[in-house]
Parts: sequence; structure tokens; C-alpha cells
Amino acid sequence: MRFTRTKAIIATAGLALSLAACGDAGEESDGPDVEAAENASDNFDDGTRMKELADAGSIKIGVKFDQPGLGFKDAASDTPTGFDVEMAKQLAASLGIEGDGIEWVETISDNREPFLEDGTVDLVLASYSITDERRAVVGQAGPYLVTGQQLLVAADSDIADVADVKGEEVCSVTGSTSLDNIEAEGAKPVGFDTYSECVEKVLDGTVSAMSTDGTILAGYAAQNEGELKVVGDQFSEERIGVGYSKDSPEMCQWIVDTITEAYDSGKYEEAFNATLGPSGVEVPELPEMDACES
Amino acid sequence: MNAVLDNFDLVLRAFGYTVFLFLVSAVISLVLGTLLAAMRVGPVTVLRIFGTGYVTLVRNTPLVMIFLFFQLGAGKIFDTLRFTWVDIHIGPFDFTSFFSAAVASLSLYTAAFICEAIRAGVNAVPMGQAEAARAIGLPFSGVMSQVVLPQAIRASVPPLASTLIALLKNTSVAGVFGVIEAVGRMKGFTNDYADQRWGIFIAFAIGYVILVEIVSLISSLLERRWKVA
Repeated sequence: MRFTRTKAIIATAGLALSLAACGDAGEESDGPDVEAAENASDNFDDGTRMKELADAGSIKIGVKFDQPGLGFKDAASDTPTGFDVEMAKQLAASLGIEGDGIEWVETISDNREPFLEDGTVDLVLASYSITDERRAVVGQAGPYLVTGQQLLVAADSDIADVADVKGEEVCSVTGSTSLDNIEAEGAKPVGFDTYSECVEKVLDGTVSAMSTDGTILAGYAAQNEGELKVVGDQFSEERIGVGYSKDSPEMCQWIVDTITEAYDSGKYEEAFNATLGPSGVEVPELPEMDACES
Repeated sequence: MNAVLDNFDLVLRAFGYTVFLFLVSAVISLVLGTLLAAMRVGPVTVLRIFGTGYVTLVRNTPLVMIFLFFQLGAGKIFDTLRFTWVDIHIGPFDFTSFFSAAVASLSLYTAAFICEAIRAGVNAVPMGQAEAARAIGLPFSGVMSQVVLPQAIRASVPPLASTLIALLKNTSVAGVFGVIEAVGRMKGFTNDYADQRWGIFIAFAIGYVILVEIVSLISSLLERRWKVA
């Protein structure tokens, strides 16, 4: 009995802490209610990966933990939040899995393919841009979101567009596609471990700008209102998709169908408004998804 | 492998930064380390305490923390430590605040290890040498520079080489602190060319092996040349 009580106290304390953390991070709201499909296992053919997962009642999903709005988890909370996470919940729900059945695994840019290949995760929704090189090793369904790269600069900066950062130092995360794009635009790339370190460097004026997905930048601009602003048009196009293992190509069509369904039922819009909405981004149309090879 | 071969200029530039980080930090840390060693074996108590304190503090601090301090903390306390006054451009290489902060972190960190390597060498010099040098009237600086250090350095070459090799590999930490050196570039490649991970990894590993081999080669040359017959 005592054990249960201790646990309850710890849980309460954790909850209080996570609520406090929410206050700092600005509005953070839960996504739309997710209803797990009942008897989901019956909806899938024998021998498919979906059937296996539905029967097992658990799924491992790789998401980012450090991108506010897309996939973010602060130290105090148990589950990540963000648009990627909401989409992942929709996919899990169609397998009849929710809540504790979903094991969230942090994936960083480097380990997304290895994790899919060796089965550490079943799905990856980690701002995972679809590229031909990646499709050579893993499956990618989607895109379910198309974003583009912009610039985050100091509020009093003269930089208005990507053309203005030629020859200037621009910060992003080491090894990211954003950093490559910035280099291709003629700026000098400066790579750090996390976006928050880059934000520090923009705030203290060491670099003139930082660059990555506009959605992420908007989150930081909102956090540092009056000090930072997002400028310029999107100068790249990232097609964010869902990663799955090449061993189970049947997952592709299921992912596409589930996301289309989520869009038609309005869950997509709800999820978007709850996660990326507060940073002032409008709900996009569902992008045309790539056809699955069968 | 294609990713590496097609972008070979980028790979070379990345290893160029690695080499520059290594060379500049090696020179600074050798000078600082020798001074620290002299302090630690010298007769002045205050300096001895300072040297011991420095080694204790810096040698026991993880390199990443020193990097964090210079990249994100120090500039907030002293504006000069933001290193924004450094702005040197040589060919395709830009040496700005990030490079300088990396050099500062690497040099101060490695100096503690250099100091200990040299001190080990100093302890290897028989007591009689220093006593004889003092007996003929040399001051402490003379005892050190004319008699003790030349012999000490000779004994220190193997541990110094190990320290410098560690420094060469430690430069990779700069990859996540603003300098696109070899590891920073490798991360970019593995992100872009997921299908060629192994090739990319092996290519960069070979790059490091070559660089480290050069350092160990120089060290064994020096060892042989300075060998007492």
C-alpha cells in the first residue's frame, strides 16, 4: 500500500512539475482526443506487420525530443508533444493502440535509419524529410507535411531574406539538412549540437542568423518575443514523411490511408492547431502523398 | 564512398580545420604546459600551488564542459572571451570566434596533460643534474632551460606524443561547437547519404588514422634522434 502511495506522490509531483514547465514554454496543449480502433487486428490481413503490431498491442515510435511544435519532450514530462507525435498517435490508434501501448523512443537525425533497420523502432516520425538516399535504405511514406527553411534573426537585424546572409555565419544543428542548404546559399555554416545553443548565439550576436524549418523558428521567436524574429521566404522544401522498415512494405499504404483519414475527419487540423498553431502557422492542405510501391 | 569522393574538396577542407585546430592548440598548449610544469617543480610556493591547482581543476573537468564554458558562458562574463575580435580568413578557411573558442578550450585542457607529461620527464632527470647545475651558479631559469628541460623533454616524448594524439582526436568535439571540422562534416554526409553510411564512416576514420600516424611518426623520429647513445 505504502508503495502505491509513494508512487502516487511522485506522480503528483511530476505532474506539478510538468505543469510548471508548461507555463514556461508558453501554451502547450494536448492534441485532439485519440480513439483507438476496437478489434483493430481484424482490419488487417494475416502476415502483415500491422496485424502483428495490433495483436501485440504495443508499438515503438521514434520521434524527436528537441523540436518544439513537432516533437518535443521536456525533462519533466513522460510523453513527448508536437505534431509528429500527434500523427504517430493517429497511426497507433488505427492499430488499436493508445496510451501505454506506445513506447516513445528518442531518435536523432543520425540514428533514424539504423533504428528502423534493426527494429529498435517500428515507425519514425521525427521531422523526417523524404529523400532518395534515405528511400534506398528504409521505407518512407507521405509526405504528411511540407515545410521549408527560414531565418531567425535578432529583432533589430537588417537581414530580410536569405540573399542577405551570403558570407555571414549562420547557425544550425551539425549534420542537418538545414546546415547544408545554408552552405549552398553561400552562407558560412556554423554547427551546434542543439537548436537552443544556436538561439543563444543569435541572441548574443555572435552569428547573424540561425536557420531551420520555419515551424521550429516560429516557436523560438514566440519564446523570445521582441528579441528575435523570423524573416524571409522559405528557401527549401522539406517533405516530412513517416519512416518504416523496408522489411514490411505493406505499411506504406496503411500509413497513407490512415493519414488521409485523419485529415478528412478533421483530426489533422485539430492536431496542427494544438501543436504548431500557437506559433502562428496556418493549417496547410494535406500534401499530395507519394504512391506506394506494391 | 561516392559521397566522399564527389565532395572531396569539402572533406579536405574539413580535415584542414581539424589540422589547424590541432596545430594551433598544440603550440599553445605546449608553451602553457611547459610553463605550468616549471611552476610545479619550481621553488616558488605560490606558483607551485597555482600549477597544482590548475592541473587538478582542468584535468578533472570534461572537455565538453570546457567547450560549453567558452562557447556559451565565458562571453557573458567577459566580452573579450566572445572572441568576436578574431576574424582571419586564409584561402577557404575562416578563423572566427568559434574557431578561437575551440582553440582556447583545447589548449587550456591539453596544457594540463602536457604539464604532467613534462613533469614526469623532469622527475626522470637525476637529482644530481640539477644540483650540479646549481653548484656552478646557474639561476633557476638556467637550471631549467640549460640542464633539466632538455633532458626532461627527451624523456617526455612518448607521453607527449600520446597527449598530442589525444588532442588531435579531441578536436572532433569542436564539430558540435561551431566548427565544421572532420566529424561535423561526416555528420552532414551521413545525414544526406543514408545509404552510404559505412563508406563515409570508414573514409573519415582513415583520415584520422593518417593524421595520427603522422604525429606518431614524428614522435618516433624525435625519439630516435634525441636518444642518448
